[in-house]
Formats: sequence, C-alpha cells, structure tokens
Amino acid sequence: MTSTAQYKDRNLIGIIGDEDSVTGLLLAGIGHIDAKQKKNFFVVDSKTSKQQLEEAFQDLLKRRDIAIILINQHVAETIRELIDEHTDAFPTILEIPSKDHPYDPSKDSVLKRVQRLFGSD
Amino acid sequence: MSGNNQRLAVFPTRMALTTMKLRLKGAQTGHSLLKRKSEALTKRFRAILGKIDEAKRKMGKLMQGAAFSLAEVTYATGDISFAVQSAVRQAQLRVRTKQENVSGVMLPAFELYSEGGNAFELTGLGRGGQQIARAKDVYAKAVAQLVELASLQTAFVILDEVIKVTNRRVNAIEFVIIPRVENTIKYITSELDEMDREEFFRLKKVQGKKKRDRAADEAVRVARLEAEPEVEQHAASVLHDDEDADIIF
Repeated sequence: MTSTAQYKDRNLIGIIGDEDSVTGLLLAGIGHIDAKQKKNFFVVDSKTSKQQLEEAFQDLLKRRDIAIILINQHVAETIRELIDEHTDAFPTILEIPSKDHPYDPSKDSVLKRVQRLFGSD
Repeated sequence: MSGNNQRLAVFPTRMALTTMKLRLKGAQTGHSLLKRKSEALTKRFRAILGKIDEAKRKMGKLMQGAAFSLAEVTYATGDISFAVQSAVRQAQLRVRTKQENVSGVMLPAFELYSEGGNAFELTGLGRGGQQIARAKDVYAKAVAQLVELASLQTAFVILDEVIKVTNRRVNAIEFVIIPRVENTIKYITSELDEMDREEFFRLKKVQGKKKRDRAADEAVRVARLEAEPEVEQHAASVLHDDEDADIIF
C-alpha cells in the first residue's frame, strides 16, 4: 500500500499546459526550478509534438518530489493512453480546463475508471 | 476453481475434528467481518465519488474566472508569460501529505503550505501591479481548490485498490477456504463413524464367539457330570494360577 517513503518528499505541484494556464499558475507560485535547472512546468503550444509531450509527462512522473501533476484536458487527450495507464496514487494527475476548452467530465481518466467500476451496479 | 473443493490432508481423529470445527468458526467470523469492512468502504467510496464530481465542476468555473483575470492583466500590462516563467525559482506553494485513518485505511490528504518569500518582488512586474496582484490571488485560490480535489482523487484511487483487495479476500474465504474445511469435517466425521461401526461389529463378533465357547464348555461339563456322578468337583480357588478370561460386556 502507500508507504511513508513514497510520499514523504513529494511536495511540488507540476503543470503541463498551454501558455496561459501555466503563466497563471506560476503566478500563484507553484513554479519550481531545481539545482539541475529542471523545471516542474512544461508549456504546450501548437508546435509541440506528441513525443515531446510524452517525454515531458514521463519526466514529471519519474520525479520523486512531485505530488500532483496538473494537465490541461485538451493536452491530456493527446496522451490519453499514457494517462489511462497511470494508476498509482502518487503523483495524482488532475485534469483542468483551459481558456478555450471547458471541462468535459466524460473525458476525464479518473472518472472513466469510476464509470467502469459502477457500470455493473 | 470452485469445483475443486478438496479437503485438507489430516488424520481422521477426534482432535482433528475439533481443530477443524474451530477453524471453520474462525473462517466464518473472518468472512463476515471482511464483508462488513468492504461494504463500509464502498459506501465511503461512493460518497467521495459524489464529492469529486461536484468539485470538478466547481473547479471548471473557478479556472474560467482565473483565466479571465489573467486576460485582464495581459490587457493592462501586455504579455507577462515570459517574465513569469523566467522568474521561477523555488516554489512558494507546496503540498504536504498527511495520512488519515478512514475506516481502517490510511488515506493521504494534501495540505497546501507556503514556503519562502515572494519571488516576484524582484521582477519588473511593477506596471499594472494591482491587476497582477489580483490575478495572483485568484490563481492562488484556484490552486487551493485544485489541491483539495487532488486529495479527493488520491483517496479515491487508493480506496478503489483496497476495496478490490478486500473483495478478493472475501471471495477467497467464501468459495475456497470454507468449502474446503467443511469437506474435511465431513470426511473426518464419516471416517470416525466407519471406525465406530467396525469396532461395534468386531465387538459383537467376539461376544458371539465367547458365547459359543462358553456354551460348548458347558455342554462338555454336563456330559462329564452325567458320566461320572461321584467324582468330586473342586471349586475354583482364587489362589490358583488359572488364567482368567477377559471380561467383555
């Protein structure tokens, strides 16, 4: 189950999203850049390739100091399989809407898992 | 799997029977306890689910509001994204994970805390400072909401796992352990009954033989008496070394 060691040092909030979402959230103060110049945020624009996205996502996942990863929903759609695969408790992946894409509950990975569970009820 | 109701390999003794009966009792108690635990967890699971659903919708609206305030900033100050991104140093808003015991399961909960001063003091975001400060506030509130949502979501994922494991155990006890022990009990009981019957049969046979032997001896004695009526009989004496026949009731 969840051992203390797993989450003791996790205290950062990572973010993958479009420029506006990232800027706003960085303004709030969750941005972090560590000694090795690694950032906990990744800006996605129309030129970002799916592979770059996947790499950035995997990088954030592997880090042991990130507890929550915020990701715009339309970005999440692009790497839907990776997100569906991630079933660990840490880090938690939270899908947030962006300025142009309002929140759609039917596309949310976590809610989909729930649907699968309660589909039989 | 469920057709494979073998029994445990034990010697069919009365002690084994008692042990098996105790084990059956234990398994039944364990089963009902686990089932109750699973039901309680499922109830809480559904409650959390409802909360998550509601929280996510609220969050949608909140983010819209935040995006709007950011648009205001851009209108007043111009594009600040580059300045903001390059001003990043250490995170001021961080989360702490606490363990909470919820109906027997340790669930993590995230807590937002501030660390360090305001990095943006050093940036040149002086112009339109009021809008920026306001946007910062709105986004900070949004982050707080998001952190709560994340707590709910983690709790949800972990509960899901625990419920699956508990249900698996319940089913294992119900369909494997209990039938197996019941079969063992039936086997031991039948073996003991068989042994009793054998014992009884053997007893009856020996009694029959003893009776026949005694009847034969009696006949010989009567015959001898009739043939030689004057011969003295001497009574059996306890001091004689004769072998005593076994006493069989």
